Amino acid sequence: MDNAVLELRDLRFSWARGQPDCLDIEHLRIAPGEALFLHGPSGCGKSTLLSLMAGVLMPRQGQVALMGRDWQQVRLGRRDRHRADHVGYIFQQFNLLPYLSALDNVLMPCRFSDMRRTASVQQAGSPQAEAEAWLAGMGLERALWTRAARELSVGQQQRVAAARALIGRPALVIADEPTSALDEDRRDAFLDLLLSACASARSALVFVSHDRRIAQRFARQVSLPEINRAAHREGAAG
Amino acid sequence: MKALLLLAWRSAWNRRFTLALTVCSIALSTFMLLGVERIRTDLRDSFTSAVSGTDLIVGARTGSVQLLLYSVFHVGAATNNIRWSSVQALRQQRGVAWVVPLSLGDSHRGFPVLGTTADYFRHFRHGDRQPLRVDQGKPFADLFDATIGAEVAQRLGYRPGDRVTLAHGAGELNLTEHADKPFTVTGILARTGTPVDRAVLVSLEAIEALHIDWVGGMRMPGVKVRPEQLGGVDLQPRAVTAALVGLESRAAVFSVQRLVNGFEDEALMAILPGVALHELWGILGTGERALLMMSGLVALVSMAGLVSVVLAGLNERRRELAVLRAVGASPYHVVALLTLEGALITVSGIVLGVAILLATIVGLGPWLQSAFGLTLQPAQPTAVQWAMLAGLLAAGLLASLLPGWRAYRLSLADGLSPRT
Repeated sequence: MDNAVLELRDLRFSWARGQPDCLDIEHLRIAPGEALFLHGPSGCGKSTLLSLMAGVLMPRQGQVALMGRDWQQVRLGRRDRHRADHVGYIFQQFNLLPYLSALDNVLMPCRFSDMRRTASVQQAGSPQAEAEAWLAGMGLERALWTRAARELSVGQQQRVAAARALIGRPALVIADEPTSALDEDRRDAFLDLLLSACASARSALVFVSHDRRIAQRFARQVSLPEINRAAHREGAAG
Repeated sequence: MKALLLLAWRSAWNRRFTLALTVCSIALSTFMLLGVERIRTDLRDSFTSAVSGTDLIVGARTGSVQLLLYSVFHVGAATNNIRWSSVQALRQQRGVAWVVPLSLGDSHRGFPVLGTTADYFRHFRHGDRQPLRVDQGKPFADLFDATIGAEVAQRLGYRPGDRVTLAHGAGELNLTEHADKPFTVTGILARTGTPVDRAVLVSLEAIEALHIDWVGGMRMPGVKVRPEQLGGVDLQPRAVTAALVGLESRAAVFSVQRLVNGFEDEALMAILPGVALHELWGILGTGERALLMMSGLVALVSMAGLVSVVLAGLNERRRELAVLRAVGASPYHVVALLTLEGALITVSGIVLGVAILLATIVGLGPWLQSAFGLTLQPAQPTAVQWAMLAGLLAAGLLASLLPGWRAYRLSLADGLSPRT
């Protein structure tokens, strides 16, 4: 029990002091290598929860612990390092720095995190080699690797973003609606790639989406409105 | 830091067309600041260099700056001449080591003609008290011999043995030629970086011979004296324009000056070149300060431009900042990135400005030299120029802190979800 990748306890969060809480979660635990589907309608606080998980926002009460360390206990200047060491993040879209090549985008986490760099050296011999392995694993042709990110299609960009999230094998990959900009075929192809990549990297995955059609592909599904007690109160009040 | 610098570079390169204008305006201010300073120092150096061996300059009574300008720099014209007898008397004064008379007023294709004696070659000093050196041929010896400066030789392509005719008056157009009495180039002087490079040197007697059939600036109608008729004529000059004076001891300079200023037979005046130059700098100083102030303002405007361009681009780059945060960049990295970007723009602007300045000095140097007698050196920056460069760089860095701070605020507020 003590080796959870991510654990939330009695978490309460409000955007401003005095405002009612928008998130109130008693407990949520993510085990190593687990693939979690977190769903809920737009505007129910999914992105806010992800920011709390990534240590960008701090809860008003309770704790969010990544790799056993409560974000509140991590010094402000160290939080970014802690995040870079253990979390890979995939946005909905516009994941990449448009002026860097696909390969350089994938290598970014290794520039900011010594731990990820060391891990990739152990894994593949060099960050470059691991980045190439992930890009190949994501089904991107070699010719695209050195091309500027802005020249890639949305689907290709998302796959580069997945490779970037996975380089150095972080304990946790957070994906914030990464398939919402893709059509159905590409969405399924991307999901296949992402799930198998996370499994082979033994990274836990928190996958957020409002699209419940893909929920059954995950071992565990959580509905944010159900675990969020603030939403119940709001519902009762309204 | 190296990774950040590379990132800043790639990001800036991505927006190079937006940033190019800012780089150009910083280049312009660098060019102006350094250029004004370069002209200032080189002007002083070349002026000081031209009077390095002379203790006193004696001429008719006029402003001391004016006397200095027309006698040494061949700029402007003398209002009055001094009598030959006064020059002779000056030579007899105690403490006077040498007197070199100068006679001006004629020209050759825009280059001033300087009538003087062989003593000029012996006593004139330039730069760090270096004597004149004859590069090709020899100094003038015969009546219709001419020794020319390096610039004259280069521009007109003259070599020893060429025949030239002088013209009455200064300027380039519509002058009356002394075509009846041509001169032979006997020697070409080595380059000095002083007005001597632009002068045609002849003997005082030659000047006298040229004007023997002239009265009051006009050729006497019907009178023509051919060179071969000059044999028995007395060519002792009656007047000269000015005289350079060297003393046996510099300590005597004020007493000799007093003596000349109180000369009884003619209203004369003696000036110390250093003092007159100082006076000249005083006059030029106002203009220099105005130019420097303008350059400073241009620098200020270009820094404001830098800030506004980077700030304006920031809103569109919130996405970029969020991506950076997501891969592990801290808000401090964001500040560093923006500041590095500003530094890169500033450095590019400065490098471009210095390059343009060097190109201008090399490209326009000959023209400045001939039109204004100003020799610009594409030399090492002076201490003031280094200070200016450092100031520009510091201003650029300080200015970039503002967008850096703004980006820091944005990235704290946005976290991983920019509101774009």
